[in-house]
Amino acid sequence: MAEPLEVNYQELKHLVSERALQGDTVLLNMGPQHPSTHGVLRLLLELDGEVIINCIPDIGFLHTGIEKNMESKRWEMAEVMTDRTDYLNNTGNNLAYCLAIERLTDLDVPPRAQAVRVILVELERISNHLIWLGTHALDLAAMSVFLYCFRERESILDIKEMCSGQRMMTTYFRPGGLWRDIPADFEIAVRRFLRMFPERIKEYDALLKKNPIFMDRTRNIGKISAADAINLSLTGPVLRGSGVAYDLRKVQPYSGYEQYEFDIPTGTHGDVYDRYLVRMEEMRQSLRIIQQALDKLPYGAFRSNNRKYVPPPRSELGTSMEAVIHHFKLWTEGFNVPKGAVYQPVESPKGELGYYVESNGGNQPYRVHMRTCSFLNLQALPLMAKGHMVADLVGIIGSIDIVLGDCDR
Amino acid sequence: MAEEHLKTTLKALKDRFGLEDAPLMKYPPALVAESGQIVQVSQVLRDEFAYDFLCELTAVDYWPEESPRFHVIYGFYSHPHNVRLMLRVPVNGDNPSLPTLEGVYRGANWHERELWDMFGIHFDGHSDLRRILMPYDWEGHPLRKDYPLGYEEPQFTFNYDEIDKRKHHARYEEA
Amino acid sequence: MGIEQKAGDMGIVTVGLEQAVNWARVNAMWPMLFGLACCAIEMMSAQASHFDMSRFGMELMRASPRQSDLMIVAGRVSRKMAPVLRRLYDQLPDPKWVISMGDCASCSGVFNNYALVQGVDEIVPVDVYVAGCPPRPEALIHGVLTLYDKVRNEKITTWK
Repeated sequence: MAEPLEVNYQELKHLVSERALQGDTVLLNMGPQHPSTHGVLRLLLELDGEVIINCIPDIGFLHTGIEKNMESKRWEMAEVMTDRTDYLNNTGNNLAYCLAIERLTDLDVPPRAQAVRVILVELERISNHLIWLGTHALDLAAMSVFLYCFRERESILDIKEMCSGQRMMTTYFRPGGLWRDIPADFEIAVRRFLRMFPERIKEYDALLKKNPIFMDRTRNIGKISAADAINLSLTGPVLRGSGVAYDLRKVQPYSGYEQYEFDIPTGTHGDVYDRYLVRMEEMRQSLRIIQQALDKLPYGAFRSNNRKYVPPPRSELGTSMEAVIHHFKLWTEGFNVPKGAVYQPVESPKGELGYYVESNGGNQPYRVHMRTCSFLNLQALPLMAKGHMVADLVGIIGSIDIVLGDCDR
Repeated sequence: MAEEHLKTTLKALKDRFGLEDAPLMKYPPALVAESGQIVQVSQVLRDEFAYDFLCELTAVDYWPEESPRFHVIYGFYSHPHNVRLMLRVPVNGDNPSLPTLEGVYRGANWHERELWDMFGIHFDGHSDLRRILMPYDWEGHPLRKDYPLGYEEPQFTFNYDEIDKRKHHARYEEA
Repeated sequence: MGIEQKAGDMGIVTVGLEQAVNWARVNAMWPMLFGLACCAIEMMSAQASHFDMSRFGMELMRASPRQSDLMIVAGRVSRKMAPVLRRLYDQLPDPKWVISMGDCASCSGVFNNYALVQGVDEIVPVDVYVAGCPPRPEALIHGVLTLYDKVRNEKITTWK
C-alpha cells in the first residue's frame, strides 16, 4: 500500500503555489496525530518562514462507513450509529434522525417528550461548548480552563446517565418520543445545574474575555466575511460570528422551540474572538431555554401510542393479543417506513446538521446521508488561514470547532 | 411570505426549464432536472430568487436499475426568504458525470469530491477532483450498492483459525 | 537479611532487580496522546480533575511518541489511519505497552465494515483491552491498573 504520509508533490501540484515547486517555500505536514488538531486531521502547510501561504486539509482518517453500514441495519438499530458520528452532540444526532423518521411516518410526538428532548439537546449544547472552550483555551495555553470545563461537564453527564444509563452515547430519543420516562431526580438535578452554572460562565469570562494574551491571539485572526461564509456553505457559530443571524431553532423551529424565548447572538468582525463571544453567549441562552422548558414541562405520555412503530408497554402484554402481535412484529421485523425521502435540518452546536433519509418502504434505511457541519466548515480553513502564522492556525482550527467523527463519518 | 416565494420560484422554474415535481420528496419540495441544466438552474436560483446557500449535495444509488442509476440531490436555501428547495438530477450508470457547481457555490467543492469518492460520479470542470475520505489508492466506490459491506464474520469454532490469522499481534501468543 | 545487618543504619535497602525496574516503570508511565474518536473524550475526562489519572503516575500526556511509553489507542482506527498507527508504534522507544481502549479499538465495535480495521491487534500487539462504548473513565483506570499489575509481574527474560 502506498505511503499516505509522504508529501506527494505530483498529486498536489495544482494546489501549492509556484514557489513550492522551486523549493522556495517549505511544505510541512501537520500530521494526523497532533495535539492541537482536535482529532485526526492532517494539514499540509506551505510555509514561507512562519507565514502560511497555503493550507491543504486532508481528512478521511476517521472514515467509518456509517452511511453504508446504516443501510444494512433496521431503522431502530441504525440509530445507535447516529450517536457516534458527532460524538460531542449525541442527542442532537438522535434528534435529527428521529425527526426525519417522524416526518416520513407522520408520527405524533407528545409535548412532554418534545420538552424533554429540548432540555437534553440544550444541555448537550452547553456540554459541547464546554469541551470547545476547554480544548480551544488549552491550545492557546490556558490550561486551567480545560480542567474547569471538564468538571462542569461531569454534572451534565450525570444527568444523561440518570435518564438513559449511558454517559455519552445515550440513544435516548426514539421515533415517537423517548425510550423511557425521565426519573424523579431529573428535575432536581437540572435545577441544581441551572443554579450552579451562571457563576461558572462568569468565571470563564473573567479568565479569558479581557485577557490581553487571549485577545492578542484571537483578535483579527481568521476573518471571514458574511458573503464568503454563505457561499462556502458555512453554518453555526462560524457564520453567526460574521454577522448572519441564521439559527434553525428560530427560523424553522422543530420539536417545540417556538414556545421558548431566546436570542441569537451574532458577532461583527468574523474573527476568532467574535466566535468565542458568540459561543459564550449561546451557553447563556441555552440556560434560558432549559429554564423555560423545565418550568413548562407538561405531564403526559412520553412516547407516541402508534403501535405500528412504538412497542406496547409490558403491562399490556399479559392481557391484549394485539399488543403481543405488535411486540412480536417490532422485535423480529422492525417497523416499515413508507416510501419517501426527507431532508431534516437541525441546529447542532456546530452548525446545521441535516439528515437526508430515503426509504423504499422496507424495514431498513435505503439511504441516509448526514450533511454535517464540520465537513463544510472545514472547507473554509484554507481561506481563513492564509497569511497568518502557524501559531495562529491553532487558534483558527479551535474556533471552527471541528469534530473529526462529524467530518469523516 | 416564504410560501409565496417558494410558489413563485417553483412556477418560474417549471415554466422556464420544463422541470417536473419529484413526488418522492416529502419535505422540502423538489423538482427533477436534467444534468445539462443544473448549472443554469442554480445560477438562476442564486441570482434571481436569492437562494444563496447550498445546504445539501448527495446522491442515491438505485442499482440494479441502470438508467438512471444515480439520483444526485441538490438542496438550496434562501436566507432572505427562509425557504428551502431541492433538485433531483438522474444520472446514468455507465460513466456517470455532471458539470460542477463550484463556480456558483464554492461550498460544493468538497461535496463533489465526496461524491466522486463514494459513488464514482465525475464532475467536469472541478478544480481538484481526488479522493477525500478513502485512502488515495483505494479501488472502488464504497457507497454503491454493488460494493460489498466488507464485514468480518463472527469467529466460531469452524473458522477460528482463518480469522485468527489476521490477529497475529494479540500479545498472548507472543508471551 | 545479609548486607543490611552489616551496614546497620547506613540506609541501604536490597531488593530484586526485577522489582526495582518494574516499580520504576509502573509508577511513571506516560501515555502518548492518541485519542482518535469518542473514547478520546472519555480519556480526557479520565485525565481531568474528576477522575484524576495523575494519581496513578500518568501525570501528563506527551504528544511526541519519543517521549512516552504507553500508547492508549482510544477510538476507531480506519484503514487510512492504520499505517500512521503502525509508524507511531514503531517510534515509541522500548519498553512500550499498548492499551486498546473501547470496543472499536478492540474489535471494531458497532462498525463491522470495509472502512475500519477490525481490532487494532491486527496492527500492533496489545496488552490490555478495555471494553465499553465508550468505557467509563473508571473502566479505563481499571484497565491501566491491570496493565500495572501485568508490568509488575514481568520477568527478566521477557524484558525487551
